[in-house]
Amino acid sequence: MKQEPIPNIDMHSADSQTSTRSLTILYDNIRWEEKALYEAAKKKGIEVANVDCKDLFVDLNNNGNSKYQGVVIMQRCVSYFKSVHSTAALEGLGAKMINTLEAATNCGNKLFAHMKLQRAGVPTPRAVSAFSEESAMQALDRLGYPAVIKPTIGSWGRLIALLRDKDASRAVIEDREHMFPLYHIYYFEEFVERPPRDIRAIVIGDRVAAAIYRYSGEGEWKTNMALGGRAEMCAVTGELEEICIRAASAVGGQIVGVDLMEDKEKGLVVHEVNNTTEFKNTVRVTGVDIPSMMVDYALKIGK
Amino acid sequence: MVKCPECDAEIKVPEDSIEGEIVTCPDCGAGYELVKSKDSSKKGPDAFEIKPAQVVGEDWGQ
Repeated sequence: MKQEPIPNIDMHSADSQTSTRSLTILYDNIRWEEKALYEAAKKKGIEVANVDCKDLFVDLNNNGNSKYQGVVIMQRCVSYFKSVHSTAALEGLGAKMINTLEAATNCGNKLFAHMKLQRAGVPTPRAVSAFSEESAMQALDRLGYPAVIKPTIGSWGRLIALLRDKDASRAVIEDREHMFPLYHIYYFEEFVERPPRDIRAIVIGDRVAAAIYRYSGEGEWKTNMALGGRAEMCAVTGELEEICIRAASAVGGQIVGVDLMEDKEKGLVVHEVNNTTEFKNTVRVTGVDIPSMMVDYALKIGK
Repeated sequence: MVKCPECDAEIKVPEDSIEGEIVTCPDCGAGYELVKSKDSSKKGPDAFEIKPAQVVGEDWGQ
């Protein structure tokens, strides 16, 4: 099979990208998702450019005559810091980012996201925050045990710990005090009484494209697929769709992965919204062509 | 086909590969990122060279 050349779009002369039938995928690593998006766009006959964020430099003062004006860019960097900063730069120069800086900022920080969700009336796990070792212990006394500590910025379940009692909490918090100051911002959630699974729903625009249950891996309470969890199909009910759309809207998201738990008392609660969502397992389990739907959405945004 | 710089094993580059994709050495497990060959006359899997892939960053995720 002949290798098709990838359009080598120079982001500094990206005039051709203003066409409504074109799309730029900004990445730092090509995962299954980025490749699937590229192939979906090619299949639709769309001019698609894969741009490596690591090769990108941006003149931040070029606002009057920006070549990024109107360019539709799907932000797919796996690095949080590369993602949020490149989004700020390109959106500031007029690019139509999917997702926007607003969504990247809100989704990238669990405390920010929690506040947006609760202000919008989206059910969430109960959470408390504190800003010193002492107040963190007091906050946990108020919340009760078991509790879950989560870094405000972080993914794939890293540095998330289950705190069963005061001694465990003291040990974990003391460790955090020796880490980068970001980890001195304490964010705790109640440990939700739920089945050993959570739900990942992929929102594209104003609908839920598909959803899966994510079951914890063996010997693990976290449900992240990155930690060996397994996926099963989840029916998209009216209730699930409604809460997911409200959650996406609360954080300003266009294409997001909403994570929910089934609280035995409160019903569905949203504990996270992901702005550069992974969807490989959702496609594998549900058969829904999410990459194609994402490309269609991006084209609509470009019009 | 490219040679693993670590262990000299042969790494197969799939036909449908795209730039930026990660390939793994079947012998030593080292990960490499596919980059375009400087020789533009090369086509298909031969059009790629490899460089060491980034290690998973503390800020990686979704």
